[in-house]
Amino acid sequence: MTEPAGTDVFAVGDEPIQLLDPSGRRVDHPDFSYSGTDADIASHLRDMVLARRIDTEATALQRKGELGLWPPALGQEAAQIGSGRTLRDPDLIVPSYREHGVAWCAGIDPVDLLGTFRGTAMVDWPSRPDGFHLYSFVIGTQALHAVGMAMALQRDGQVGNDDPAANGAAIVYFGDGATSQGDVNEAFVFAASYAAPVVFFCQNNQYAISEPASLQSRVPLYRRAAGFGFPGLRVDGNDVLAVHAVTQLAMDRARRGEGPVLVEAYTYRMGAHTTSDDPTKYRLAAEQDAWKAKDPIERVKTYLLSTGAIDQAWLDALAAESEALAERLRAGCLALPEPALGEQWQHVYAGMPPALARQREEYLAYEASFEGASE
Amino acid sequence: MSTMTMVKALNAGLRRALADDPKVLLAGEDIGQLGGVFRVTEGLQNEFGTDRVVDSPLAEAGIVGTSMGLALRGYRPVVEIQFDGFVYPAFDQIVSQVSRMRFRSHGTMSVPMVIRIPYGGGIGAIEHHSESPEAYFAHTPGLKVVTCSNPHDAYWMIQQAIADDDPVIFLEPKRRYHEKGEVDTEASPLPLYDARVVKPGTDATLLCYGPMVRTCVEAAVAAEAEGRSLEVVDLRSLSPLDDETVFASVRRTGRAIVVHEAVGTLGIGAELAARIQAECFYELEAPVLRVTGYDLPYPPSRVEDGYLPDLDRVLDAVDRSLAY
Repeated sequence: MTEPAGTDVFAVGDEPIQLLDPSGRRVDHPDFSYSGTDADIASHLRDMVLARRIDTEATALQRKGELGLWPPALGQEAAQIGSGRTLRDPDLIVPSYREHGVAWCAGIDPVDLLGTFRGTAMVDWPSRPDGFHLYSFVIGTQALHAVGMAMALQRDGQVGNDDPAANGAAIVYFGDGATSQGDVNEAFVFAASYAAPVVFFCQNNQYAISEPASLQSRVPLYRRAAGFGFPGLRVDGNDVLAVHAVTQLAMDRARRGEGPVLVEAYTYRMGAHTTSDDPTKYRLAAEQDAWKAKDPIERVKTYLLSTGAIDQAWLDALAAESEALAERLRAGCLALPEPALGEQWQHVYAGMPPALARQREEYLAYEASFEGASE
Repeated sequence: MSTMTMVKALNAGLRRALADDPKVLLAGEDIGQLGGVFRVTEGLQNEFGTDRVVDSPLAEAGIVGTSMGLALRGYRPVVEIQFDGFVYPAFDQIVSQVSRMRFRSHGTMSVPMVIRIPYGGGIGAIEHHSESPEAYFAHTPGLKVVTCSNPHDAYWMIQQAIADDDPVIFLEPKRRYHEKGEVDTEASPLPLYDARVVKPGTDATLLCYGPMVRTCVEAAVAAEAEGRSLEVVDLRSLSPLDDETVFASVRRTGRAIVVHEAVGTLGIGAELAARIQAECFYELEAPVLRVTGYDLPYPPSRVEDGYLPDLDRVLDAVDRSLAY
């Protein structure tokens, strides 16, 4: 195992790394550049637009009573698509519960996401690839799991090989609130100690439900990494190019075996914490308006229109694709299979202990007694 | 006398506790400006200030651990755990530290802390938002565990818990949060650790608490139509258990059925069954039965109605008890 890397490998500061400003203008950065073409950027735009449509449709489905709850990712599309599009096998992706855009990048059918929030299923999804872990709902807990998965990559010889394509790293998503949890701080310690190939991707969306990020940290969150002995970077989380460039670098570094990186994607939760939340109780409209001007999608659209990489017809086609996706989501949500309580005994243990099997039989007999009575 | 929801009753109880004792303070996630995700603390930060109604960083172990420090220096912290399933990060602080400070210090120190936990299912929530963790805490010497079933008790019990010199786990049945009831803010309340016979009866005793009290009363009313007289006992306190009220009821009826949402195995029902058979053996007409959540992690919400004890399951158990 390599020694923990120093913290001085990136000469960056509190100003978020930015490669595309809110007006849609490409900007240079001394240390980071986006390597893709305009066609690649257009594909990011498509991802972001579709991710947003998934999100707004799921929110609408909750409003119609078809979902019990939905945690919107509105406004965080660049952070999720920009990072998600740097990931490939054998990387391991460990989400929190708001990573719908990352799930999209991983090829997960968005209809599958809905079952968890409709209450028809737990968290595993038929279209979930092996490298994408389950959503986690207890804040920050997954950071430790990601470090363990990264330790498995080390042991499985999937780190630091001469062939870059053979290398992988773990990436774990969490929010500003989670950085206060013991689990996250312990994950930092373990990752640093073992130089684990893991990227801690913190979407600082400024709020943990109602609590501003300033309650969680008196220093910019990316700077926390220095105290644990690995580099931290702050990136404009609404700039898909910068997020892509920074995550790419962090992942490549981890894949090479050079240890963990903390990426703080500085963004804003444009929506509520979840559909049960009312943000008007704790934040001002002016603040939301200021962030709306930094929208992750608009700046890319402006840029690509200015270069001529896309035109109105391209956008119209994308809008049509979005609507078709929304329609598929609505239909798919209503068609999600209803669970049966009798099935829930199957997956508590690898094998069902006799007492549990007996309890299930008793339950099934009890259920059957109603069916008999109603006929 | 006024009519209010359990949320409003808890809010009123907390307000009165804050007003009565300057050492009382509240801490938890989102409890300040937002008033808590269930609005139990709504308006209290504006009224009492940010030193006494404290928004905490997102760390349950931190919330409980720092509150213990405050308690050791004479404060009476009331912490809110946002949801039942989020209490476990604080488990070490609660069961290894808060619970046994009196014991460790040979009685020279105490931790007069209240840990409020909205608990139980039935609200269509996602994972970790419908748990019933009471047995873990009732299993821990040094902790007291109470739960209210109605707004009147909520108003008084929260104040009594705050006044207690021992740490109290205060479980709030979130599915009953918005149900209204009469609250008498002048009456002298029942002692905190006493159970209450909420509906007298003669044929069998339903032992229940928190969210299941209403379910059991409804079952008793339904049973009346069939000529069966069920006594419903609201335990209110799970640790300590009010044995005498329980035994007296079971001796009268000869039959006991324990009802709770939590899984059955090694739950409150198991403890009650053991105590009842030891103390009421000759008066029992039937084995003590349990109607509980099944021994599963809390299932997806679309099947929670079948998972949770309901009127039918309670009456089915009554039938089985009476068949002996």
